[in-house]
Amino acid sequence: MPIWLNDDELRCLAAACERLIPSDETAGAVDAGVPDYIDGMLGAFLVDPPRIWAGGPTSGRFGGARGFATFHRLGPLDELAWRMRIEGSLGIPEREFNGPVVGWQEIYRQGLAALGPDFCDLKGEEQDARLQGEEGFTTLLYEHCCEGMYGAPEYGGNRGTVAWTAIDFLGDVQPRGFTDAEVSGP
Amino acid sequence: MTVDAIIVGSGPGGATAADILTRSGWTVTIIEKGRNHLIDPHDPSKLSEDYSNDEIKFLHRHFLGPDPLIEPRTFRISEDDGERSYVGAVNSIPSTVGGGGTHADGKVPRFRPEDFRLRSTYGPVEDAAVDDWPVDYDELEPYYAEVERLVGVAGTAGANPYAAWRSGPYPMPSGAPMYGAVLSSAAAERQGLHPYPAPTAANSIVYDGRPACNNCGHCAYFGCPIHAKGDPVAMLQHALSTGRAELLSETFVSRLRTNGREATGVDVIGPDGATRTLGARYVVVAGGAIETPRLLLLSGIEHPLIGRHLMMHFQTMNVGILPERLHAHRGRSVTHVHDDCMLVDDDARAAARAAGLPWIRGGMVEHGGGGHPVMEAQFYPWGPSHKKLMAASPLRDRLWAFIMQGEDLPQPTNRVDLDPTIRDVRGFPVARITYRPHRHELVASAHHGPRHIDVLEDMGATWTATTTSPLVEGAVTTSPFGDNTNYRGLISAIPASRHVMGTTRMGSDPSSSVVDPYGRMHDLPNVVVADSSVFVTSAGYGPTLTLVALAARAAASLVR
Repeated sequence: MPIWLNDDELRCLAAACERLIPSDETAGAVDAGVPDYIDGMLGAFLVDPPRIWAGGPTSGRFGGARGFATFHRLGPLDELAWRMRIEGSLGIPEREFNGPVVGWQEIYRQGLAALGPDFCDLKGEEQDARLQGEEGFTTLLYEHCCEGMYGAPEYGGNRGTVAWTAIDFLGDVQPRGFTDAEVSGP
Repeated sequence: MTVDAIIVGSGPGGATAADILTRSGWTVTIIEKGRNHLIDPHDPSKLSEDYSNDEIKFLHRHFLGPDPLIEPRTFRISEDDGERSYVGAVNSIPSTVGGGGTHADGKVPRFRPEDFRLRSTYGPVEDAAVDDWPVDYDELEPYYAEVERLVGVAGTAGANPYAAWRSGPYPMPSGAPMYGAVLSSAAAERQGLHPYPAPTAANSIVYDGRPACNNCGHCAYFGCPIHAKGDPVAMLQHALSTGRAELLSETFVSRLRTNGREATGVDVIGPDGATRTLGARYVVVAGGAIETPRLLLLSGIEHPLIGRHLMMHFQTMNVGILPERLHAHRGRSVTHVHDDCMLVDDDARAAARAAGLPWIRGGMVEHGGGGHPVMEAQFYPWGPSHKKLMAASPLRDRLWAFIMQGEDLPQPTNRVDLDPTIRDVRGFPVARITYRPHRHELVASAHHGPRHIDVLEDMGATWTATTTSPLVEGAVTTSPFGDNTNYRGLISAIPASRHVMGTTRMGSDPSSSVVDPYGRMHDLPNVVVADSSVFVTSAGYGPTLTLVALAARAAASLVR
């Protein structure tokens, strides 16, 4: 159940993400929850505190409190910046001190629409051609795909640290850290 | 209320000034435009739990600021570009309590005696303002020693054959070497270089009430979750513990108030958006070499050299891909460096002569590994090859790099001024950077780069490449992963270096310098610059320890 995209948009987004980071013997973008990461980012201000910055200092995966699960409160300027980035300036004067800003919500809404209503039904190669045809959107989408795939699971992707496991990366290791022998040896 | 000193900026320079001044009984107000994710100002024994091993937050979502949407900077290579060629993130040293110290991986080398005397040692260079500093190494050594104790520096005295003399050992022994650095140091020695453990502001033992580093691997670009990095949290703790320091975060200094002869205070805009004026006997400006001249220019202070001679280190990156995994995500971000490329030896002189230059100097070379997985993933092309590349990890787990922080000569045309149009969120003109490297930097880079390819091949690298930041014509930009490789900001005309220096250079002559040998403005003697803006030349070393030593010296001169 998406929180900001509609169901059709989420299906299209998932199909696009799966072309960028496909599943094979290990999880691809969809299995890892990347579309949820992106949907959660676009709807970050629908929850309180907004899902922009996970808390600290530990996630609990290697001990310590589950601090990542509680997101930071934003300061007034943090909120302004992130609303500009996600929602755009929307003609609001205090967001347009350097002119209008197009937000990610609009970029995604238009970018997904530009991939076409039939995008989900196309063959893989045809989907790739559409993605290549929308280069600007695909570049942004891929950046976000990578964040969702390999970022901390508290942001909605990398479900169960599946992507870290696939690359043999422990992720956030506080408070465990590494021993000197693990640092200096092969 | 009038305090003894207002300190603009809570980074390494400002924090050090605060420590020295409060220790001598002064009252200070430290003003920081960014947020406080570091320390409880009312109980400085309590350090925050906001930092974490979170790549999204620190590398992709501007947690430490500045956010380029609300605090952009602009860039152009020269006036030929028009008013600007880029708006966005330019040299984003953190804008947060602790400043650049929070995200640095804490390499804090001292300069060497000749670094302060380039002109008298090697002579002038055409189109560059190569001058001696008005302070020399011997005079600065006691301050270097003091700030190494304050910051908490781990190192191995005697390991660097080219090091300057020192009056005592490092406060802590060196921490654990990275596995890759064990290999690269051995290969570098075989190639005639002299690597040594980098002096590092990360605790190798319990120090000053803070724990030893536990090697979590999230160091450069991250705040330390256990506060094992010393720079500058220790100095803020000391200052706040005296009860004589106040810390105002999310507060922007928009103007220095002056009466024509001296400063009387500052105008600030607080988190509520309201403007007020604060009075002080002294104003210490420590905003870094971009924000410091911006504030002076916003204040209408006139001196033709304010903002000029901006220097950044010219970075030469030699990278190689190795057959084995190096796990650079464990431990500190860089544990070894070498100084061989700082030397003006016969080979360097010959290369200089061939290029029509009197001499060339490179810089400290860092031995380092790959970054973090999101960053890595964004480099690879999308599609079926993506996960295979991530699993093999050539650009993270198998990458090794030698990065030279090359000496950047001071040029009056490289400068910070106020952008004529672009504003920050509070409505003030942003800093515009005009920057083009001198030919010296390109020649030094071309001379010193290739020998590191030999070292990488000696380590067993199967693929190598050289590139520079800023990018120059002719640099290698080939990729073993196809044309889809996304180099993002790494390869660009905008320097990636976070080291900025020189925009209020120091000197004894008011016509050729902005501040005096103690950092005081010639024209407003109760305004003291306590950051790397005062540097006369850039050396080839990270600027932090030297700027901190100069800040300590400047503060000590006020309370003497």
